[in-house]
Amino acid sequence: MSENLLEVTGLQKHFPITKGLFKRQVGAVRAVDGIDLTVQAGETLGLVGESGCGKSTAGRLFTRILEPTAGKIVFEGQDISHKSVTQMRPLRRDVQMIFQDPYSSLNPRHTIGTIISAPLQIQNIPTPQGLKTAVQELLELVGLSPEHYNRYPHEFSGGQRQRIGIARALALRPKLIIADEPVSALDVSIQAQVVNLLEDLQSEFDLTYVFIAHDLSVVRHISDRVAVMYLGKVMEIAHRDDLYKNPRHPYTVALMSAVPVPDPVRRDRAQRDRVLLTGDVPSPINPPSGCRFRTRCWKAQDICAVEEPPLVRRLDDPDGHLTACHFPVVEDEAVAGRKPATINV
Amino acid sequence: MYHAPVTVDSRCAVAGRGPAKQMSLGPEASVTDDKSAPTADAADVRGPAEKVIAGRSLKQIAWRRLKKDKVAIGGGVVVILLVLVAILAPVLVALLGHPPDEYHQDQIDATFGTPKGSFGGISSDFILGVEPTSGRDVFSRIVYGAQTSLTVAFLSALVSTILGVIFGLSAGFLGGWVDAVISRVMDFLLAFPQLLFSIALVSVVPYEMLGLNARWSRVLVLVCVIGFFGWPYIGRIVRGQTLSLREREFVEAARSMGARSPRILVRELLPNLAAPILVYTTLIIPTNILTEAALSFLGVGIPPPNPSWGGMLSDAVATYSISPMYMIIPGATIFITVLAFNLFGDGLRDALDPKAR
Repeated sequence: MSENLLEVTGLQKHFPITKGLFKRQVGAVRAVDGIDLTVQAGETLGLVGESGCGKSTAGRLFTRILEPTAGKIVFEGQDISHKSVTQMRPLRRDVQMIFQDPYSSLNPRHTIGTIISAPLQIQNIPTPQGLKTAVQELLELVGLSPEHYNRYPHEFSGGQRQRIGIARALALRPKLIIADEPVSALDVSIQAQVVNLLEDLQSEFDLTYVFIAHDLSVVRHISDRVAVMYLGKVMEIAHRDDLYKNPRHPYTVALMSAVPVPDPVRRDRAQRDRVLLTGDVPSPINPPSGCRFRTRCWKAQDICAVEEPPLVRRLDDPDGHLTACHFPVVEDEAVAGRKPATINV
Repeated sequence: MYHAPVTVDSRCAVAGRGPAKQMSLGPEASVTDDKSAPTADAADVRGPAEKVIAGRSLKQIAWRRLKKDKVAIGGGVVVILLVLVAILAPVLVALLGHPPDEYHQDQIDATFGTPKGSFGGISSDFILGVEPTSGRDVFSRIVYGAQTSLTVAFLSALVSTILGVIFGLSAGFLGGWVDAVISRVMDFLLAFPQLLFSIALVSVVPYEMLGLNARWSRVLVLVCVIGFFGWPYIGRIVRGQTLSLREREFVEAARSMGARSPRILVRELLPNLAAPILVYTTLIIPTNILTEAALSFLGVGIPPPNPSWGGMLSDAVATYSISPMYMIIPGATIFITVLAFNLFGDGLRDALDPKAR
């Protein structure tokens, strides 16, 4: 866990908003607005954040389905930020993607065989055992029956479809897999199966994952490191245990406290400790100055509006725990946003 | 939270789904049964030793649905019959009629110019009667008219479809200024007075051209005109569908594998567009038949003495008060043809896309 497979610096993606007949640009949605990340070979990096914070856009930038507006993406020492479609082709073998919606990520008019063999055909990968056998091996690998070769996606359930998507991503034996909310469209019981499948495959094929999700418990289960995003920026990044035990950024604290607790005995305490954020997420078209979270932060002071806090080590955190906050939360700190205990009925 | 044992068994993923045998219910069963009862669960229960399971493609599912739709099948049968009649026109006329341009003055009442006998001269020799004043065999003229009408309708539908798919796909897939230009052209064509333009155009093109005789050179002109004005109808559908398909994740998946745009268009998008294209091509055919008949009625379609349904109606205007059968027969033919195509097209749409109703 030392070699950096993917290095991202100052990555930005702005989607222009145009108006009028001549498509004059009147603004931009700053979906991803300067993120710095590294993904080490063999690890799983969790990417969490609420809806619309730019997680999925970031994932699509890493796989270069989208071209970044600014910044650099370095994969295995190669700068891929502005490579053309043709230049990217050979690199596609090493970076693959698993999609969120198992219903729209499989072409309804293709058989499973066609879907899974597509990457092999597009990349002209020779299959000594024959294309059909290769596909059937992949199907078995993800726990589907090889006889399903000739079936169509509509004949499968959501979980099975997601397995097909995983088989397709594995066909090229990639090094890095970007999983864009691979389980959020599935039932909880199926989620566990798919997450476990992903973990098994990781150890079998030495895969590196970037696991995008909004479900903190799934991320905690699968990730080695976790990055928390808010409005197109990374707010905090740390090793999993460190982050869950010792969240420094107020946003992370709020996010963690929002995880539902299934145990009714502990639920009381959890509700008392819940941090309620006020207001809505500001528009990514016109994000707040300085720290993006300041409009909803209980610790915000004047400096937060003026100076954007850099993503650096704060307090006595271990290496690799970086927080973008002027006033990181210390342990056992009284959090102003927390509900008073008396309200709890 | 995720302490479930590592398992690759997917059985529970489909537990509780309806069994596949629902499908053998009678025709009154909901047509969505086929969709909501995937047979994947059955496959899990079966052992691997059983025969290779072939999935049912959407084509097969649509066919099963279509078979249950009696009205659509009726329309389809009439359509097939009409096509056969058009193809076998010379044979049918040789067997059951007289050459379409042969005059039979002996069948005509010399005083009034009306056909002898009742119902427009229907007899065992002239099964649909004879034309007033000239005595030409109406059956032969209807049969040959079917040939012209269907040729014009099918070929112009083909022209519309090809143009519509090319422009609709480009507009939807490329977007930007290409989309803007194509969309404006489509708006322009839809607002264009097609009939007036056709009348003006047809009167200036040569009577015979490209080595074709008067009948087929006019058919060619009609195919071009009707086909050209028909493509925006298909183009708009294809553009809209492409716009929504383009955003689907399987297109992104293809991109992330390194697929280039032509492959995405042909392999990923086009198969998904096949259903709406087929449906709207079927529905555009009756419109084309009507347009051809209207143009022939107005005298700018198939030039006389060549038989055409619209031309017969036009001729009948002069004599309908004394010989109404000569108007009823081509009118009814057009009506039945258009109705059959529309019923078949509607059934096809329901079968291919039950949600579109």
